[in-house]
Amino acid sequence: MSTVFHAGTRKGLFAFEKTNGRWSMTGGSFPGIQVPMLLHDRRDGLLHAAVEHGHFGTKMHRSADGGKTWEETGGVTYPPKPDDAPEIRDAFRNVTVPWSLEKIWSLETGGADQPGLLWCGTIPGGLFRSNDSGTTWELVRSLWDRPERARWAGGGYDFPGIHSICVDPRDSRKVALGVSCGGVMVTADGGETWEQGAHGMSYDFLPGEQGGADPEAQDPHRMVRCPAAPDRLWVQHHCSIYRSDDGARSWREIPDVQPSGFGFAVAVHPREPDTAWFVPAKKDEFRYPVDGRMVVTRTRDGGKTFDILDQGLPQPPAYDLVYRHGLDIDDSGDLLVMGSTTGSLWISEDQGDTWELLTAHLPPVYCVRFA
Amino acid sequence: MARIGFSPHLRTHVDVQCSEVTGATVRSALDQVIAINPRLKSYVLDDAGAVRKHIAIFLDGESVHDREHLSDPLPPDSEVFVMQALSGG
Repeated sequence: MSTVFHAGTRKGLFAFEKTNGRWSMTGGSFPGIQVPMLLHDRRDGLLHAAVEHGHFGTKMHRSADGGKTWEETGGVTYPPKPDDAPEIRDAFRNVTVPWSLEKIWSLETGGADQPGLLWCGTIPGGLFRSNDSGTTWELVRSLWDRPERARWAGGGYDFPGIHSICVDPRDSRKVALGVSCGGVMVTADGGETWEQGAHGMSYDFLPGEQGGADPEAQDPHRMVRCPAAPDRLWVQHHCSIYRSDDGARSWREIPDVQPSGFGFAVAVHPREPDTAWFVPAKKDEFRYPVDGRMVVTRTRDGGKTFDILDQGLPQPPAYDLVYRHGLDIDDSGDLLVMGSTTGSLWISEDQGDTWELLTAHLPPVYCVRFA
Repeated sequence: MARIGFSPHLRTHVDVQCSEVTGATVRSALDQVIAINPRLKSYVLDDAGAVRKHIAIFLDGESVHDREHLSDPLPPDSEVFVMQALSGG
């Protein structure tokens, strides 16, 4: 089991360690500054953090000693917009999508056979690639220049963004991206060409003939891939839970999940593709636990049935919302960590059967990740 | 000679000093400091080279007119001050 994780929050990055059988906070970095995303690169031991200054923009930092010391690295910077590049307008608000970084929303490593390769998903929808462990970054123009980007729209943020990057461990050239709102983009050639994969997803409030089943318009809140069975992916969508059995190219709805099919976070067991966890919330204009009762749901049979888990989680009134990157699972498949927008942080060492509150007083938690 | 200065908050992140500068525009004044410390650029200007949304640049006490290109003429003996806007938290 892992013994270290980090939490990126509204007011900095915090480190937690398990020593002598107890989890405790052991350090912090970037006090007062947002850390929307972090990444442990298990290939080289580097820890990366996106540091979002309210005034000065987002900077990338990396640490070779687990977060004790940091260096600022190359920026995730959009290139100048060429004069002949078409103006893209957000499909929902009809305002120009800038060629400028709004937020770093996802960071992932490339495959084990691609040392130094990192992927970075951003708002307003650009995917960036680094071949040198984050020293320099380059916008992936093959995706950014696709004309269907004009049909993407902002979800909870003003502009569309890439929040999930799922590399196929069997073939590192196969990558699937979750886009809010732009469906699922898949590549089989390392990002040279892309296809839409959100076939089968739909909105329950918008009829199909009015675009409710348009793959380009879908809002998958979070997407994860099972490392041991990479054709299996799970999505927590804006309206429901979905699973794919063909590498993110088509999706089947898991209907009527109680207490709600709405939520943001999802985690999948590293070796059991039928086992996944979700953190439901009351849809979608409310976004807090149903009836103020905080629960985690878990399926062990591919979505046929769900356990509702609440041992150690707060009873009503609880208004903790777990964002899309606020839930993580370690390589053992037993250890889960979860952080909420009200600054609560829980750990479970038994696959979610019981939860231990580590603190209820963090800043709003954006992301949690095991080292 | 004009002078350019930076707020303490900005100087906690980038090692820049108040200094004397020359040039025709506010941008050229800023570029002289960026030439000494290139990290300053991304803290003050966005990807497209415009002044960041939550940064203010004052020229002799008034906010600059051209936040996109900083083409405001730089009079001799003027004072440029770069600071974060009073927002956030």
